[in-house]
Amino acid sequence: MKSLSALLPRNVGRRGKIIWIVVGVLFAYSLPLLELPLISTPDVDFAGVLFTMAIYVLVALGLNVVVGYAGLLDLGYVGFYAIGAYSVAMLTAEHGSLGWFAALPVAVAVAMVSGVLLGGPTLRVRGDYLAIVTLGFGEIIRLMAVNSDWLGAAAGVTKIPAPPNIGSDSAGIFAIPHLNWDAGYPLIDLSNKTEFLKFGVLDATPYYWLALTFVILILIADVRVKDSRVGRAWEALREDEDAAELMGVPTFRYKLLAFALGAFVGGLAGALFATRQGFVNPQSFQLLLSMLFVAAVVVGGQGNRWGVIVGAMLVVYIPERFRGFADFRVLLFGLALMLLATWRPQGLLPPLRTIKARAMREKLADLESGDDPEASNA
Amino acid sequence: MSVMLEVEGLSVNYGPIEALRDVSFAVEEGHICTLIGANGAGKSTTLKTISGLRKVREGKIVFEGKDITGSTPVDRVLMGISQSPEGRGIFPGMTVRENLDMGAYTRKDTKTPAYQQDLDRVLALFPRLEERIDQFAGTMSGGEQQMLAIGRALMARPRLVLLDEPSMGLAPKLIQQIFSIIREINEQGTTVLLVEQNANQALKAAQQAYCLTTGEITAAGTGAELAADPAIRDAYLGGGL
Repeated sequence: MKSLSALLPRNVGRRGKIIWIVVGVLFAYSLPLLELPLISTPDVDFAGVLFTMAIYVLVALGLNVVVGYAGLLDLGYVGFYAIGAYSVAMLTAEHGSLGWFAALPVAVAVAMVSGVLLGGPTLRVRGDYLAIVTLGFGEIIRLMAVNSDWLGAAAGVTKIPAPPNIGSDSAGIFAIPHLNWDAGYPLIDLSNKTEFLKFGVLDATPYYWLALTFVILILIADVRVKDSRVGRAWEALREDEDAAELMGVPTFRYKLLAFALGAFVGGLAGALFATRQGFVNPQSFQLLLSMLFVAAVVVGGQGNRWGVIVGAMLVVYIPERFRGFADFRVLLFGLALMLLATWRPQGLLPPLRTIKARAMREKLADLESGDDPEASNA
Repeated sequence: MSVMLEVEGLSVNYGPIEALRDVSFAVEEGHICTLIGANGAGKSTTLKTISGLRKVREGKIVFEGKDITGSTPVDRVLMGISQSPEGRGIFPGMTVRENLDMGAYTRKDTKTPAYQQDLDRVLALFPRLEERIDQFAGTMSGGEQQMLAIGRALMARPRLVLLDEPSMGLAPKLIQQIFSIIREINEQGTTVLLVEQNANQALKAAQQAYCLTTGEITAAGTGAELAADPAIRDAYLGGGL
């Protein structure tokens, strides 16, 4: 949990850190209830935006394993997202009546297997070629959905059931009121309550809590895996594949593992998306979405889990926050991406070691400017 | 002395292009054996094939009596073959220590005394690396990176170490130093297969030598024999000067 503590204020003890983490997590869970001014989106349902943000964070964490850790450019990540979503739709609505809890693990497993099936033959090609192959994969999945009646064709699948409620189906166990800031200070708004825990159509808050819970679980897994031998193998093969192989890293197996884990998380995000939306259709899985996913990872800083989380949140949040600008918001979003590419090509929060390595390189270049670096060696 | 590595009738292709044609040679245990030859003669391909990065079209590779032609690179590392790749084949974004740790990736015994002993041995061979242990490898000079590549290969505790052009791009004084370290590694009991364009130094250090010309072995002998061969002198040692 080294990197986690880097985010926290300095000079706090172990207990202090735990307190900070708990406060942060509670804050994240209570965001839709607080309805904070400035932060909340005035033109759209904030809980809905938060849910989408959590889904994108999941996607970014999964894609970061593939792109950031293993260094494999995957431009068809939407394919796994679609497979997760369609699997839930098939199992619960179109061709089966499995409960949500039974369908979710199956959907995630299907996505993971599809990752292995795609990776098996294609991970032997490198770099740009892999990007092209994955790009094709994302489109093939969408076109399959459009053209197959079994998958609901262009109309898609409707009536995907919600997760089971906890407590009574009409009101849950208890209701939590939201805050209202209309007066300039917080008032408890008894007319706007979230029922714990009822997955309804109107209130997105329970879905956000569900997605946030998965985000936290995936985040913990991410920290564990990255600090293991697996994480080091990924780093080595990203830096120099041949050298990694010479060190005794079975590079193909580790690339396949990255692909499978990435697909797993992508499928999970897709499954949650389908659950919240209640229907799926091919239009939800356009190629553009893949680009947006990669943008989230690159904007945030590939390789740094906190960076890609920020990137994913911004990619969703900025267009929603500035809905007031109507069509210009997309233009502004594009401009922001361009500016970022120019000024922060490493992303907003690149991995700490990348920053350190660069600083060191610059310092060294200054020291050695003018004379031959070999000469100082002899 | 017994034969440690035997390469028999090896042919390797890059697509339709034949990189190696019917190459046969043997490396005696405890020796420094060198493969010299011009750019593009197939020296690096030979090493990469021995360590398993390239597929064999024909022929076989035998290491300590076992046919390893079909073995994975991982298995070959576990058997005791370790390679220092050509050029800057280090991990630039990792520190020196992390690079050395990667060298011991197959061993799974980091934090044990045996591992610490090997680390100490490498750092004693390359004191420079100890000074820079927490520096990012990509920020070091070419000579230091070369030292790191060799040191990293030794961390796997190999029986046979394959060195690909360790003197490439280095200043003459540093080349001397690298070669004396190679001799030291050999004296400590590791067999060395050395690929070099710097034939002069390589032939001086080697007990066994082979000359590779456009994918074929064209001369074989001891280092001194090849160094005395007029054809070799003309082609690789700046003969006539």
